[in-house]
Amino acid sequence: MTATEPATAPDAPVLRRAARLGSLGEARNLGLIIVLVLLTVVGAITAPGLFLTWGNLLNLLTTASVIGVVTVGMTFVIIAGGIDLSVGAIIALASVWCTTLASQGYGIGGMIFAAMAVATIVGAVNGALIAYGRMVPFIVTLAMYVSARGLAEQISGRRSQIVSDPAFAQIAFNKVLGIPLLVVILAVVAVVGWVLLNRTTFGRRTFAVGGNAEAARLAGIDVRRHTLLVYVLSGVCCGIGAVMLTALTNTGASTHGMLYELDAIAAVIIGGTLLTGGRGSLVGSILGVLVFTTITNLFILNNLETPIQNIAKGAIIVAAVLLQRRGDRRNAVTH
Amino acid sequence: MSQPKSAVGRRRFLAGGAAIGTGALLTACTSNSPKEAEGSTGATNAPAAAAEGPAVTIGFSAPAADHGWIAAVTTNAVARAKLYKDLTLEATEGTNDPAQQISAVKSLIAKKVDALVILPFDGKALTEVAKEAMAAGIPVVNLDRAFSSPLASHTFIGGDNYGMGVSAGNFIAAQMKAKNIGNPVIVEIAGLDNLELTQDRSKGFKEALASHGLKVTARQAAEFTAATGQKVASQVLQANTKIDALWNHDDDQGIGVEAAIKQSGRTDEFIMVGGAGSKHVMDLIKADKSFVKATVLYNPSMSGSAISLGRLLAQKKGLSDLVEQEIPASITTYSATVTKENVDSYLPIGFA
Repeated sequence: MTATEPATAPDAPVLRRAARLGSLGEARNLGLIIVLVLLTVVGAITAPGLFLTWGNLLNLLTTASVIGVVTVGMTFVIIAGGIDLSVGAIIALASVWCTTLASQGYGIGGMIFAAMAVATIVGAVNGALIAYGRMVPFIVTLAMYVSARGLAEQISGRRSQIVSDPAFAQIAFNKVLGIPLLVVILAVVAVVGWVLLNRTTFGRRTFAVGGNAEAARLAGIDVRRHTLLVYVLSGVCCGIGAVMLTALTNTGASTHGMLYELDAIAAVIIGGTLLTGGRGSLVGSILGVLVFTTITNLFILNNLETPIQNIAKGAIIVAAVLLQRRGDRRNAVTH
Repeated sequence: MSQPKSAVGRRRFLAGGAAIGTGALLTACTSNSPKEAEGSTGATNAPAAAAEGPAVTIGFSAPAADHGWIAAVTTNAVARAKLYKDLTLEATEGTNDPAQQISAVKSLIAKKVDALVILPFDGKALTEVAKEAMAAGIPVVNLDRAFSSPLASHTFIGGDNYGMGVSAGNFIAAQMKAKNIGNPVIVEIAGLDNLELTQDRSKGFKEALASHGLKVTARQAAEFTAATGQKVASQVLQANTKIDALWNHDDDQGIGVEAAIKQSGRTDEFIMVGGAGSKHVMDLIKADKSFVKATVLYNPSMSGSAISLGRLLAQKKGLSDLVEQEIPASITTYSATVTKENVDSYLPIGFA
């Protein structure tokens, strides 16, 4: 694919530099892996016979699956120098849209189509306003965050719309070789995302646009079109997430995806992606999601109260970032 | 990514066509009409003592309906008001911003309504404006979330959060006894921990169980939404390899809890008791084919009663069966336990 790209030649130097900067992000993952190992040790000690079980692992991954898929899209947006505050609202809107009685009348295919189409269109609107309307991503997606959830409330009448088609709920029950389908979807999205980010022109352009949009433009990249596509990609991820969450909860509701934007952004940042763009790691983002999910899982297995959970969560996030910093400095010295 | 020019043109054309088709199909998909027609009103029993009085106008203000319960509060109030020929309802747009709700109530005062029914988003924040209404001679019915001063309302009507916990605790204790389970594992999925109502519910549950010599084995808060309900419940199920009974505070959140239990495959292991009283849960109780055996009411039908009280206040009448000539200062609705034996009589007030 890369070889046939006519655009490769002119923007190659910028892209190469961007790719090199981008790969530095991977070095930070070590810190997160250490945190995950520490959490696992804590889990094994505090919840013996519960934490380190196959069932709990699958459950943990299932819980991480929806936010994980959303985080993949968010990683692209942030690396490209943007931000998407509307992901949770898009999930709410897509889940509500695909579970109205009219949508449910079309069966499982119609429902999935509705969720995907709505989320993709909303992502495209975000992208078009940012890229061609020259508006700040923060403002555009904040506005979308408010109005998409509003529209979801309007359509659903603020009721939880229960899915009546058992085939749809089955998405959350199905297993592929003993692994829940939702976890498989996360794995597929993550792998496709990784290849797209690290092995294609699209990915290298994403780094370039986020690193220095002007340089990218001078190198012949259509920055606006690329920005639009990145938000569409985030929308697509939200659509997949909405289908997964709707199956998981067996309902579409305007309260779905509450605070997902914060969870996803936090996972991306903790995963070593620069909030200013141009540098980042998809593996880090996924590790970030796993760290957060594991923390919650540990708390629930130990039956800790909410306030204690919140205090500890904050402390662990700071500790994880500090660990990463140390790792970074050591890398900086050795290289 | 780019291709020869002619292909791009054709692709654009096709994409445009697909977009238009998608748009048309999607617009059709927003319809929920059969559900609306079914409309659970919760105010079906026509008021017996509704002898027509002087025509009155009642102002109604509630928070934005961000979940099923509050949505039902508003629909019930509107439905109840329609049953009275002598009543006009002035309902303001729901809001979760106290400042906006204050200005909505002020506009109702300016319109000189005959009585006000207020479910404040935040009781403390709305107290002053309610006092203002009372001072202007407009009687205020305070619905569910209490003002901080008794001067701010004539009557308070609300649900019994502590009583909900007690009803759930008593039902579970009785079931455990009937099943002869000695030291049962009882799990509680609460709502939002920083709300007082959640703390009250948990306190009632804990104390009722304690009176039967039982205790809560595990308790987690799930934030009142279906998504968080699923997330928390799936992990609580992992944490407790054997469960005998589960109380979930809220039926909306319960949709997610129910999904999590089904996904874990542990559908025959324990009984589940709901909270609030949604139609979905009542249908499950009636069918009696699932693990959902009961729900304890915190029913949004109370807004209908609040409208009735407001009407009586405006018409300066009392409750005909009571000796006093005035409306009581405080009414707390009873948290009934809905089981398959009595579910039929409660189905009409189950909220969607």
